[in-house]
Amino acid sequence: MAKQDGELLTGAQALVESLERVGVEVAFGIPGGAILPAYDPLFDSTIRHILTRHEQGAGHAAEGYALVSGKVGVCIATSGPGATNLVTPIANAYMDSTPLVAITGQVNSGAIGTDAFQEADIRGITMPITKHSFLIKRTEDIPLAIKEAFHIAGTGRKGPVLVDIAKDALAGTAPFHWPDEMELPGYRPTLEPHARQVRAAAKLIAESRRPVLYVGGGVAGARAHRELAELVELTGIPVVTTLMARGVFPDSHELHMGMPGMHGTVAAVGALQKADLLVALGTRFDDRVTGLVSSFAPEAKVIHADVDPAEIGKNVPVDIPIVGDVKATIAGLVAQFRKHEAPDVDAWVAMLSTMKERYQPRWDEAPDGQLSPQEVIQRLGELAPADTIFVTGVGQHQMWAAHFLPHETPNSFLNSGGAGTMGFCVPAAMGAKVANPDRMVWGIDGDGCFQMTNQELVTCTVNQIPVKIAVINNNVLGMVRQWQSLFYEGRYSNTDLNTDSWPNFPMLAEAMGCAAFRATNEEEMEDVLAKVMQINDRPVVVEFVVHKDAMVWPMVPAGVSNDEIKVARDMAPEWEEEVL
Amino acid sequence: MTTHTLSILVSNRPGVLARIAALFSRRGFNIASLAVGETERPEISRMTVVAQVDDEAALEQIVKQLNKLIEVRKVLELEPNAVRRQMILVKVKADVTTRSQVIDVVGLFRGKAVDVSNDSITIEATGSTEKLEALLSMLAPHGIQELAQSGHVALARGAKSLTIRNK
Repeated sequence: MAKQDGELLTGAQALVESLERVGVEVAFGIPGGAILPAYDPLFDSTIRHILTRHEQGAGHAAEGYALVSGKVGVCIATSGPGATNLVTPIANAYMDSTPLVAITGQVNSGAIGTDAFQEADIRGITMPITKHSFLIKRTEDIPLAIKEAFHIAGTGRKGPVLVDIAKDALAGTAPFHWPDEMELPGYRPTLEPHARQVRAAAKLIAESRRPVLYVGGGVAGARAHRELAELVELTGIPVVTTLMARGVFPDSHELHMGMPGMHGTVAAVGALQKADLLVALGTRFDDRVTGLVSSFAPEAKVIHADVDPAEIGKNVPVDIPIVGDVKATIAGLVAQFRKHEAPDVDAWVAMLSTMKERYQPRWDEAPDGQLSPQEVIQRLGELAPADTIFVTGVGQHQMWAAHFLPHETPNSFLNSGGAGTMGFCVPAAMGAKVANPDRMVWGIDGDGCFQMTNQELVTCTVNQIPVKIAVINNNVLGMVRQWQSLFYEGRYSNTDLNTDSWPNFPMLAEAMGCAAFRATNEEEMEDVLAKVMQINDRPVVVEFVVHKDAMVWPMVPAGVSNDEIKVARDMAPEWEEEVL
Repeated sequence: MTTHTLSILVSNRPGVLARIAALFSRRGFNIASLAVGETERPEISRMTVVAQVDDEAALEQIVKQLNKLIEVRKVLELEPNAVRRQMILVKVKADVTTRSQVIDVVGLFRGKAVDVSNDSITIEATGSTEKLEALLSMLAPHGIQELAQSGHVALARGAKSLTIRNK
């Protein structure tokens, strides 16, 4: 029941009351000494607290929850090691602009700076990887800090906010006052795009001949897929979606050229390289997309729409900057564009469509009746329900998932993009399932990644969170091994995980309360996939034993021009034919 | 490399200096000088940062990244003609035979002696970097024993001011 204004509360009660008031329904965390006072009122709260097995799991779960629900994710940890275990998820949320509030206990305010038991300067540690952070030493400061933290995390360019609270502030008492106003005079994100810039952008689009919509994770974060679809229909110009934006525009659409970047499709990479106009929406010209920046999209003018002004002009020069919420910006572009004729892009679209047709991502058959990882991922995508949420770890399986799963639905493909955090999959899948229990959640994980965070399957079992995890076991750290194959003369230093021997993944999964299976050939794969789609009462782990020499193609080697893209080893697309 | 003076108004809260310093460090920007103090409004501090950057784009990034910090209220790059002052305290060897020579030099630069002993004299001087460098080069032959320099403080010329309106 909501507390009365002025009621005398402990800091811990004020914290929980504040969390309820900002609309928190779920939090992931682990208690410990310094945060312990907060866990007492949490016991009676309407907030569902999920006790994870590791704080990193709590952090990634909160991210998965946030990405699917669109709400701010919440994770809670104690001081010292509890807090430092949140560092990776916080860094991950910062890189991918995921709204996250991390609440940590701190030692008593008088002990701060004395190297007290379980003391770590977590605010200092996380300063470069948070959007903002608070260190709260007084009970009466808690409600305002929580209100501001959620506001900052969930508005503008979203991101992680840390609230570190000294134990004596939690244990002390003060009259509870829910603040009407926030005190953030230095925080006023520009949300409404400048009309003149939007007009100029619409005009430039209308005048272009080889335009491309370069769509990033900001469009997913802003839930702007409807506006984007309208813009594409109206202008008829081709689209590429980055790793963070997969699904915001359906892959099945004829104007969708796929994912650009180091492992992008030839059509998507070619679209950027040959364009005369990039319409960059909620994207940040990451080096994994641009390749060698001096040779990126050499003939293109650039319209860059982003809510963060610091992204504009950071990596590439921009002709028309538009600062604002990307949803409002795209809606504005649609409205303005109605005054123009659609640009004549027939020849351009025809050329890209030919490239799309000719250079579909593909793979070689696995030797000796083994499974190929790409085949497993594609088949899984075909058999899973259309509204399935897919979550991946980081590495080869992530890239194959980006290419071979069906990406038709927005906010349904979660992975760690900017930070590239191995171990993201299992906990993030858990968070996604908590946010949306009615949809199937499939984690596509690697054998390396899975061994980093699989303990959260215990959390899933205990809390009845029936995620499904496909462990694509190729026995090695596949992406690193691929680089060793290509750039280190096949000297496979420390990339063999011996996962053909240990662990026994099905036994491990069963020990954690999961239904567990293994498939080593096509027949077993079909059989197992059919079976596990029906299991909804507990987590499922399926180990797919695949051959270890599969590589991710296409590929642009690091640090060179995107024009150097290879569609397979030593095989480049034939650009000459394609020049307009 | 070009040098620019940024005047940054920030909320006067614990940790804000660490935040600014961490930002410069993390983004690879060089700080040549830094001075911090309260403004006419105690809840606001002014940081005067002299930054060295490779090009205009780098400077633009610094300003944009600073503006993203929640506790940063305003950032302004000062024009080259802004009033800039630095202060130095310098301890120079000087005994009874050389003391008056040192004091003569200091007088030319409108500095003053703030401490004196049998074989040293401590000078306080303020001014532009160029003026203070000139003073130091004049004092060098006497033997500089210790030098402490402040960061630059600076204000734009004219009636306009970089202030924050009351809410």
